Amino acid sequence: MSETLHSPETHAEHPGYGTFIKVWVVLLILTGCLVGVSHLGQTAAVWGLLTLTPLKAGLVFYFFMHLKYEGPLFKIVILVTLGTLLIFFALLFSDVAFR
Amino acid sequence: MTEHVHRDDFGSRLGMWLFLVTEMVLFGGLFIGYSYMRYRYPAEFHHAGGELNATLGIINTLVLLTSSLTVVLAIVAVQRSEKKRAMALLGSTLALGLVFLVIKSFEWAAKFHHGLYPNSPHLATLPPGEQVFYGLYFTMTGLHGLHVIAGLSLLGVMLWWVATDRIRQDRYIHLENSGLYWHLVDVIWIFLLPLFYLAA
Repeated sequence: MSETLHSPETHAEHPGYGTFIKVWVVLLILTGCLVGVSHLGQTAAVWGLLTLTPLKAGLVFYFFMHLKYEGPLFKIVILVTLGTLLIFFALLFSDVAFR
Repeated sequence: MTEHVHRDDFGSRLGMWLFLVTEMVLFGGLFIGYSYMRYRYPAEFHHAGGELNATLGIINTLVLLTSSLTVVLAIVAVQRSEKKRAMALLGSTLALGLVFLVIKSFEWAAKFHHGLYPNSPHLATLPPGEQVFYGLYFTMTGLHGLHVIAGLSLLGVMLWWVATDRIRQDRYIHLENSGLYWHLVDVIWIFLLPLFYLAA
């Protein structure tokens, strides 16, 4: 049995080792920054949490999970999910705020 | 006669992503619960967070980030038909995943030793906010730990398949999808670190 391949290659160009190693270095630096700001008091820690953490997650999604090399459908699926979570988050806190 | 075997890598990846989206919602619900409880009990979360070992949390973050790198590099190696390198990289991922679990077990053992485990008599004497903190801590890191075990099992199979050429240059979608799962486990930990270990 031989296989005939009929799957169109959606990855335009495969990135090399270098790209991912660079992203990993940035992730380590951002982790260092996150730990650093967590020592600067509550306000800085919360801002660090709200900015650096999504940035790190975004880098993993975009590069390690290959979203950069995927079509719009994958990005839409993820954005709809994150948007849904955000709506639930907003609904919860709008409820909490008026109690 | 050549037999046509239908293969849809795009569909496979989309299916995997749809599954990952349900995982994001699962943990997302817990994160929303956490944020409400932290809003309600800021002082207790601050105090209980200080009891956690931040160093172990940070080391585990570095371990998981590196294991994510080795998975994605293993895919590059497979794309380039560098089988031995791919196997070495996947082996490193498995080793790093095990290191994560060992560190996690030491951390949990220390908590148990101090009488901190779900439904423990000592926990019942703590203020409600701290009970909630530890409840969320054990639930979320425990659920994450189960995902690490599942991911390691998957990647173990992938290593075997690379060794037996079931995964090769022209056919590596299973490795890609297992990698996606592993990266999501990594992303969840990226959020758990500041929420629990750096909460103080």
